[in-house]
Amino acid sequence: MKYYSAQMCDKGTIAVDDTILIKDVEATAGSHILEGFKSLFSAEVVERLLNKGYEISGKTHVGEFGLDLVGEFSYYNQQEGSLSGAAAALVANGDVKAALGVDMNGTTRRSAALSGVDFLKPTYGTVSRYGVISCAASGEQVGVYSKNAEGIKEIMDVIAGHDDKDGTSLPEAAYDYSLNDVSGKKVCIIKELLEKADDETKAKVNAFADSLRKNGVTVDEISCDLFEIANTAWQILMSAETCNNVSRYDGVKFGHRSSKYRNIDELYVNTRTEGFNFLTKAVILYGSDVLSKNRYKDCYDKSLRVRRVVSEGILKLMESYDAILTPVCSKTSYEAYDIHEAFGKVFNESVFTSTANLIGIPALVSGGVQLMGKHFSESTLLSLAHIVERKGE
Amino acid sequence: MNYEIVIGLETHVELSTESKIFCSCGGHSAAKEPNDCVCPACSGMPGMLPVMNKRVVELAVTAGLMLNCNINRYTTFDKKNYYYPDLPCAYQITQLNHPICTDGCVTLKTSGGNRDIRIKQIHMEEDAGKLVHGGNSSFVDFNRTSVPLIEIVTQPDFRSAEEVVTYLNKLKSMFRSGGISECEEGAMRCDVNISVRPEGSEEFGVRTEIKNMSSFEAIERAIRYESQRHIDAIEFETEELVQETRRFDDVSGKTMAMRNKETEADYRYFPDANLMPIIIDDEWLEEIKANKPVAVDEKVEEYLAAGISDKEIDMLISNNKISSLLEDTVKLGCNTRDAATWILTDCAGVLRKDGKSFDDLVITAEKLAVIIKMVNDGTINRNAGKKVLIAVVENGADPVSYCKEQGLDRKVDTAAIESVIDKVISQNPQAIEDFKNGKTKAAQALFGACMRELKGAGDPSAIKELLDNKLKNM
Repeated sequence: MKYYSAQMCDKGTIAVDDTILIKDVEATAGSHILEGFKSLFSAEVVERLLNKGYEISGKTHVGEFGLDLVGEFSYYNQQEGSLSGAAAALVANGDVKAALGVDMNGTTRRSAALSGVDFLKPTYGTVSRYGVISCAASGEQVGVYSKNAEGIKEIMDVIAGHDDKDGTSLPEAAYDYSLNDVSGKKVCIIKELLEKADDETKAKVNAFADSLRKNGVTVDEISCDLFEIANTAWQILMSAETCNNVSRYDGVKFGHRSSKYRNIDELYVNTRTEGFNFLTKAVILYGSDVLSKNRYKDCYDKSLRVRRVVSEGILKLMESYDAILTPVCSKTSYEAYDIHEAFGKVFNESVFTSTANLIGIPALVSGGVQLMGKHFSESTLLSLAHIVERKGE
Repeated sequence: MNYEIVIGLETHVELSTESKIFCSCGGHSAAKEPNDCVCPACSGMPGMLPVMNKRVVELAVTAGLMLNCNINRYTTFDKKNYYYPDLPCAYQITQLNHPICTDGCVTLKTSGGNRDIRIKQIHMEEDAGKLVHGGNSSFVDFNRTSVPLIEIVTQPDFRSAEEVVTYLNKLKSMFRSGGISECEEGAMRCDVNISVRPEGSEEFGVRTEIKNMSSFEAIERAIRYESQRHIDAIEFETEELVQETRRFDDVSGKTMAMRNKETEADYRYFPDANLMPIIIDDEWLEEIKANKPVAVDEKVEEYLAAGISDKEIDMLISNNKISSLLEDTVKLGCNTRDAATWILTDCAGVLRKDGKSFDDLVITAEKLAVIIKMVNDGTINRNAGKKVLIAVVENGADPVSYCKEQGLDRKVDTAAIESVIDKVISQNPQAIEDFKNGKTKAAQALFGACMRELKGAGDPSAIKELLDNKLKNM
């Protein structure tokens, strides 16, 4: 099995990104530090697809540990010029039927938005994380790229449902992804988020809203100030958890090991210095800092409290609305940039995507915009996207 | 000036579970070769998630009940970060914020009377692996990684090394009899926090911690050395005491500094998002309570009432196997005192002869009860009973058939005895002559000859009666 380039794809197959494990296949999460690591087992989502007769034809490049904007900082796939996510681009090209990606800090959703395909980050706990190279356990979730809502429904029906091997997996065996009538539904646009986007992006959101209105959906523009603090909280939690989860890559057991060491401390330091890129190192430092004794209470612990406040606030909002409509990115394309700027860029850009990771709600990207709903509201989100997509056909 | 020694203890105990704490690998002592009890989860490979072993929760709660703790119905896990090659994930899953048990108490019987030691908390955690050093290399053995541990933390309530050792012995016997841990060498490890203050003072002195000791004898020596070092520092200003972590060197009998507070690691504890909080509801707690073995103290009362000595009680409560053998034997209708002697004296004798311990004892309560009953109802005498016991313990013999084969059964029929007596009389004309001449000793000799001929079978008093009748009628 090989990493994808457009020529070698089979149109009926499924691609998975390189943070999802397949037995006996190299899995690197886009990082030099995992070079040569082969998994002894397959992820639950992979097993479920294979059991249903789907063919998995290959893996797609990801940015190192999925920490960047759209996959631009993969050790194995340097990008220049206009950036795009590998999995989303494949799906957009029609080279594969669908792709799986791990949504941890918005990379997948931004990729889908840039390439004009759909991506669903499901409700936390509905899809098994067994066999996912984990960074931020409390908010990451395997999601599906597809050309449209129907394609996402098809794959979600296969991969979602309880898994004993994942302690965070919810007990239900299956969930509702049906596409239903949406007339009478109510959607809100968040003013604060819309203002952060450029005109072209704003136009996309407004066009999507108009299309919904034409189908009997009420769309209001409202004000909600939770997204900024939600983003800060998620960047803190995500960095802390990532710092902890990548600490196992130390050169002792597998993956890259520096050739320059005389003792165990040098083995650790040199391996990790060589193995991680600048962005990962920045996240490790940031995560380590927010967990340190002096900062824990003001940073990490406070972020957990913010998570509770945001969760209550958003669910309160969802009593009046069926979905939240927002941009996914601040603009419609990204140009290649220096990795030293990455941490701040990703931090700021994630304001659109973080809330869904922080509080575990589903988020669906379609037509370059994002729909979020309360937990287990995937069916509503897919139905809303479906009605707009159908109109476009 | 007189000084008071103040000691608090952190004791790690390996739990006797069949599998590890977060994966299905074989648990404590299942491994034979290095790294043969290892899976992707306990060797830190990416993609694996921890799944809680329910039995660990049950054993931790049982330990908490034995130590009179509050059982916290909501309990969570945290990650403790540090790098070491024997820690595959570079973090240990443990409990910081919501430990499973808190605020317990245990009463010690010491030479100075009863002493109450407060238990601050009990928490669950995973063990680390092991490094093996050889030549220029070091090797990592992950068999022990993720073996479940409980850590029992006391308040600084101990005032002497003697109290500490009494406490540890008590934990050991409780946990062995409760099936919580075998507590063998290395499965119980202690960190000792120690400080010294003038007698009567309320303030604590400078505290040092001696890490990772497993032999009780070493713990006792370490405490004696360290407390004297503190006293000397205060009394004679031999050195300035600093808060630090030390280790005990078994050879020199001294403690040495490992690291002081300034350079102490920041473990960056935080909640483990892969493990959901554990909720212990009433139903589960009642179930654990119902399955909890009888508390050691209640057992001790029972044994004392049955006339069992202190020394024997110590043997019984420190070994789950023999105390259950005793209980089962008693259930089959044997007297407690009787059964205790058979187990603690006779079985122990057989094992000692073969250089074995109680752990090697192979005998069912059923077989033991049969032997005891045969002796008590006169089927065999006590010496014969011992012979049977040896055959059962050493070769797994069946007691009843063994007695028959060896002719130990004293219930030999009268005709057989009479024919033996007749034979003895005909072979000993001189003795008969002496008897007739009034030498009563001759009767004694004839009786001995009969017994030899019968090889110990038959009831001696019955044989004597038959022989006397024969002689009288001559």
